[in-house]
Amino acid sequence: MFQSVYTARADADAQRSRADWLSLIARAPQELLESALSPHLDTPIEWLRRPETGLMMVQARAGGSAERFNLGEITVTRCTVRVTPAQSSVPLVGVGYLLGRSHRRAHLAALADALLQNDSFHAALSAELLRPTRDYLARLQAERTDKAQRTKVEFFTVARESSGAEADEREEV
Amino acid sequence: MYVAVKGGEAAIVNSYDLLAQQRRGDVATPELSVTQIQQQLKLAVDRVMTEGSVYDPELAALAIKQSSGDLVEAIFLLRAYRATLPRLGTTRPIATERMALDRRISATFKDLPGGQVLGPTYDYTQRLLDFSLLANDASVAPERAPLPANIDQSDNTTFTPRVVDLLNREGLIEVQTPPAGDPAPTDITREPLRFPADRATRLQNLARGDEGFLLAMAYSTQRGYSHSHPFVGEIRFGSVEVEIEPEELGFPISIGDIEITECEMVNQFAGSKTEPPQFTRGYGLAFGHSERKAMAMSLVDRALRAEELGEAIEAPAQMQEFVLSHSDSLEASGFVQHLKLPHYVDFQSELELVRKMRSSAPTNHTDGLDTAG
Repeated sequence: MFQSVYTARADADAQRSRADWLSLIARAPQELLESALSPHLDTPIEWLRRPETGLMMVQARAGGSAERFNLGEITVTRCTVRVTPAQSSVPLVGVGYLLGRSHRRAHLAALADALLQNDSFHAALSAELLRPTRDYLARLQAERTDKAQRTKVEFFTVARESSGAEADEREEV
Repeated sequence: MYVAVKGGEAAIVNSYDLLAQQRRGDVATPELSVTQIQQQLKLAVDRVMTEGSVYDPELAALAIKQSSGDLVEAIFLLRAYRATLPRLGTTRPIATERMALDRRISATFKDLPGGQVLGPTYDYTQRLLDFSLLANDASVAPERAPLPANIDQSDNTTFTPRVVDLLNREGLIEVQTPPAGDPAPTDITREPLRFPADRATRLQNLARGDEGFLLAMAYSTQRGYSHSHPFVGEIRFGSVEVEIEPEELGFPISIGDIEITECEMVNQFAGSKTEPPQFTRGYGLAFGHSERKAMAMSLVDRALRAEELGEAIEAPAQMQEFVLSHSDSLEASGFVQHLKLPHYVDFQSELELVRKMRSSAPTNHTDGLDTAG
């Protein structure tokens, strides 16, 4: 039901920006979700799908590029909420999808997704949730890159003098 | 045949208590937390996730704690838990060429664009016991001054082409592309394993297969049991995005990152009726940092491609039925260990049989003894 409502107004841009914020919300630390959403925690919600934990099969490709194969499963928690904020009469439907088993985080994620679709909440949540999450992830990534780059290595092949054919042959082992 | 036994309830319950005591050890020593295991026994956690076939570091750490560090038992616990959860769907194929890299090495090509990055590795350690750990020395390597050169922050997150593809301008390495229609793979957790198994099925089996078994199989190929002359094209360890496409949304979303180890092995191949001489490829992929596993898997994957490549099937590592039927630690451990359970009826019948055989052929028996002596 909400599918058709959503797809009707889902032009490519809206989809892209929603996909973008969903990917940030899924990685946001819980404290940040709690604090950014604290003004909205009393907003009545209706569960379209209560938080549930299950498995998704992770697929990969043979050789990285050929046929798909099943690598193994991963725990995923999902839920869907409908929120009707006091200021507006249009109900908002949000989804929470994240790795792991936290029902609370999935609940907060779905609430954030719903509210971000409303212009009157978008700016505030963007500033208090999305931007700090983006910064946090960029910091983690920078640290990771920095650590990895410290172990960057240049191997040199030691050229052998061609005095003995025997030595060359031994090298092959 | 196994005939069930009854009784022993009280003894079994008491045995649970002893197991709990054994797990806890001396109560004067602080209890190990699941978080500590997750943080400090990372490689054990990664192995349990890979072979337990569920990526969830906290659950894997819990299983390790519960099993007193017996990883095969922990894998069993994780697989059992897995069976209680609903399947919510399938992810899009992970894009390992977009991995955020912690480690990337090649043993074949020295000058990779982007360079070789060692990351955390035991490879160049001296394997001397570090007695400072005995003293519970909590200090890790001190923070060093920032790198002088400006690090390009996008360096490790953007597309990093595969070494093998980069160096394949001459076309001497086989090219692998998705088959027509990109069919969904068979899932061996849903359907029984059938032979001959296609490569996707084999890879799923190997991905959850026992590391020790695969290591031994891989080793056998190097020692001459199948013609194999492998090189590590590339090993990567890092994290990749998990993307799903929920039906209700109709567009893909990224829901988190997982750590993964990938190994691409290249093997010399003399050619066949249909294929020119070239390098062929074997592939290994495992959850977390599981390098030995990924390498062994890639060697066994290549050996199992014997039939497809028109090679003679002579060695155990090339035989699908042998490898795939014995790779699972749960099945292997279950069948071997069930021998400890009471087999009284079973053994009684065999005892009867041997008695009968003896009484009917006494002379043969003495002869046998004489020859043996």
